Amino acid sequence: MIVYILRRIGQSLFALAAMAILVFIGVFAIGNPVDILVNPEANQAEIAATTARLGLDKPLWEQFARFVGHLFQGDLGTSFVYGRPAMEIILQRLPATMELAVTALILAVVIGVPLGVYAGLKPDSIGGRSVMAGSILGFSLPNFWQGLLLILIFAVLLGWLPAGGRGETVEVLGIRVSFLTLDGLRHMILPALNLALFKMSLVIRLTRANTREVCLQEYIKFARAKGLSSTRIVLVHILKNIMIPVVTILGLELGSMIAFAVVTETVFAWPGMGKLLIDSINLLDRPVIVAYLMLTVVIIVTINLIVDLLYSALDPRVRLSQVKA
Amino acid sequence: MSDDALTAGLAPTATAEPLAADSPFKRLLHTFLEDKLAVIGLVLFTLVVLLAIFAPLIAPQNPYDLAQLDVLDGGLPPGSASMSTGGIYYLGTDEQGRDMLSAILYGLRISLLVATVSLAFAIAIGVTAGTMAAYFGGKIDSLIMRMVDLQLSFPAILIALILLALWGRGVDKVIIALVIVQWAYYARTVRSSAIVEARKDYIEAAHCLALSHSRIMFHHLLPNCLPPLIVVATVQIAQAIALEATLSFLGAGVPITEPSLGLLIANGYNYLLSGRYWVSLFPGIALVLTIVAINLVGDRLRDVFNPRLQK
Amino acid sequence: MTALLSIEDLKTHFFTRDGVVKAVDGVSFSLMRGQILGLVGESGSGKSVTGFSLLGLVDPPGRIVDGSIRFDGEDLVKGGEPMLRTLRGKRIAMIFQDPMMTLNPVLRIDTQMIETVLAHENVSRAEALKRARDALVMVGISSPDERMQSYPHQFSGGMRQRVAIAIAMLHKPDLIIADEPTTALDVTIQAQILAEMQKLCAETGTALIWITHDLAIVSGLADRLAVMYAGRVVEEGETARVIERPLHPYTKGLIASVPQGKTRGARLQQISGMPPSLRSLPKGCAFRPRCARADEACLEEPALEEKLHGRKARCFHPWSLDEAADARRQAPSRDGMAETAT
Repeated sequence: MIVYILRRIGQSLFALAAMAILVFIGVFAIGNPVDILVNPEANQAEIAATTARLGLDKPLWEQFARFVGHLFQGDLGTSFVYGRPAMEIILQRLPATMELAVTALILAVVIGVPLGVYAGLKPDSIGGRSVMAGSILGFSLPNFWQGLLLILIFAVLLGWLPAGGRGETVEVLGIRVSFLTLDGLRHMILPALNLALFKMSLVIRLTRANTREVCLQEYIKFARAKGLSSTRIVLVHILKNIMIPVVTILGLELGSMIAFAVVTETVFAWPGMGKLLIDSINLLDRPVIVAYLMLTVVIIVTINLIVDLLYSALDPRVRLSQVKA
Repeated sequence: MSDDALTAGLAPTATAEPLAADSPFKRLLHTFLEDKLAVIGLVLFTLVVLLAIFAPLIAPQNPYDLAQLDVLDGGLPPGSASMSTGGIYYLGTDEQGRDMLSAILYGLRISLLVATVSLAFAIAIGVTAGTMAAYFGGKIDSLIMRMVDLQLSFPAILIALILLALWGRGVDKVIIALVIVQWAYYARTVRSSAIVEARKDYIEAAHCLALSHSRIMFHHLLPNCLPPLIVVATVQIAQAIALEATLSFLGAGVPITEPSLGLLIANGYNYLLSGRYWVSLFPGIALVLTIVAINLVGDRLRDVFNPRLQK
Repeated sequence: MTALLSIEDLKTHFFTRDGVVKAVDGVSFSLMRGQILGLVGESGSGKSVTGFSLLGLVDPPGRIVDGSIRFDGEDLVKGGEPMLRTLRGKRIAMIFQDPMMTLNPVLRIDTQMIETVLAHENVSRAEALKRARDALVMVGISSPDERMQSYPHQFSGGMRQRVAIAIAMLHKPDLIIADEPTTALDVTIQAQILAEMQKLCAETGTALIWITHDLAIVSGLADRLAVMYAGRVVEEGETARVIERPLHPYTKGLIASVPQGKTRGARLQQISGMPPSLRSLPKGCAFRPRCARADEACLEEPALEEKLHGRKARCFHPWSLDEAADARRQAPSRDGMAETAT
């Protein structure tokens, strides 16, 4: 087991290193890094100063060593727009994004799993078919378009919920959160739902497929032959089996949710790091873009690592084979 | 021609008919057509493709020929008549007096163009890499699959967005970005089915005949990996359309001079809150119908090709 | 003494897209308390579906369309799901064919045993755990406490089947339906399980329906035999007498195809032809196309009737009734079935 964990951590470090190299190539090796890292409005003297400071006149390998060194210190340059370290600005926006992503993930599971199980148990019923049709729709509607429709319906036509912004926030342990105030919650419903819908469809389809698969297994019939109630069969025998793939996928999807938050945050003007990224792209504030990329890569690699370890803890079969290995 | 000759000519075809009906393609087609939703999806998709191809012939105006635009017609709701020509704007106009129907037809062209071109390149690269990985195995396999795993562990939108943020806008750049985020799916799909095929006897036989590597790979191995590839390709083309639309919506995709559906939606976004819903809504509906149609077809193909669900 | 179980003309059909599959189409037999019945037939003869029908475990598109199942005086078909739920696992238990598939891979053995106890009796967890432990000891599993903490994949096939039997015995049921429980196991394990089941049933007075395609297994185990062909019981009677003197030509063919000591060296007999499709059964007797004795009379469907004392068969021309005629027919080619039929 320890061997497995170590090997898995090694793989994660490999992924991080690979991404760092790719970013380095993207920023330093291809094109002129001065264009990327120096404020476009700077004059010649400033450019020369920055070039020297960043060591852009040094050989490539030395530049890379420097880049990695800065990376370990979390130093990814200074924002042209804000004039502060890019990492600091990103980290400031991180809680808002995480709050949104986690809420959306919870919504996707809490709504998606029961619907998927239902559609799996009764695949031919009207209810089951509607759930599936709905999930195809949820799958097909691009994220930003769902967001626009939500705004159009709930904010513009019905006027029930605000169309954007984060609303009132409270500070908990130095982090500003929305979900503890009524106003914050009202602001969070639409973006969280928007971010959740796509994953919800995924969860529904996955849960349904697995439920159907598990239902055909002999052990379900045997469980029925033991005289168990259908509630127990569904809640224990089926759910326990389908939770393994669902948890795996969902863990991996948390990473993609953070990435997709870019879209939702833009649509709903949610002040997270995704919105910051789009603003930075429009303002050509490249150090922030690079910082966003590196931070997201670290988050995703970490999540993937945790999910893999969690997976082996959940499935007794995997656990055993790894002990043997 | 005598009656005898006719019947004589017909007889063999009559006996051959049950055989023809059993050919794999016909059987798959038959199974496919059993699902009404999938047929609707297929018809809809064909229609969309035709509309996109013939857009210049169908569209009431060329939305990017400024001479044809009339600012006086700006912001008209659907069904309004033009102030100057008297023509009807069935889906309304944007603030510059552009006919939305025409804009959508032209936008559809760009969206489908980007998706299909990137699809073709991604398949070409992915299939080559996947087949090579499966066929040669060993170091080549682990090198290619490491790249695939690395690629797939990061969300496509993240990679594409960053690439375009560094490169700037452009139809060609969007296509390259889409190829980069998509090739890995094909490589993985082809490799996993090719590895199963590569162990079978007929590949062994091909080796014994001393056929060249490329001939075995592309003439023998690949055709047997087609079903999963087709399914993944339908899913991916829908994904590509959605991804391009998203990138353009975020302002990192196609340039304003060549607006795809996503960019049209983004342009209308600001008017959404002020009640001019049609500028954003109709391009959105066109986008959604296209994607839904492809997904319906893809869903059915998955069932058709799945031997476990066949009776 | 009334029968514990009596099935009358049971019909379970599957309504598929390509037509109605009459998997069970007229099954009748009865069983006394403590008795062992061997339900024998080829794959696809409907023997497993019969077993599932008894417990109401037939999956859609299949359902019981006709007939009655009386268990201890109550009609299970009429009683429906609520009644079946109280009986399943409690008074009628079932053991499945493949022990690798019958235990839930992600639940521990103790969970899967305790839930069976708690499904029918309102006892404490500790009490349920004790019952589970006792049941494991009863089926010969050593160090049960440790074993109960394990997951199914940590057990061998034979061990898993013992666990499944232990689960079936938890409530000391009146009847156990065993659906080919030894088919998937090694021969030596097979014999152990067989002996174990026989002993347990004798000790607890549990009746047993042993579903199998292997006549050799049940001939040493069962008190009575019911032979199935194409969804119907074609012969029923005491095991020894059926084996000694089969009535139905199909039973005779089945017996002739089992290798025995005395037939050593001789060619094994086989039943010519293929089992019919259950979608389109031949007119009249379903065995007619493969039967050497068939004639015009067989175009009508024969009923399951008492032919000899206590022995039923579904045939117009049963063997063993006219000994002299049989002997004459048998003379030229030992049995006549394989050759004359082709």
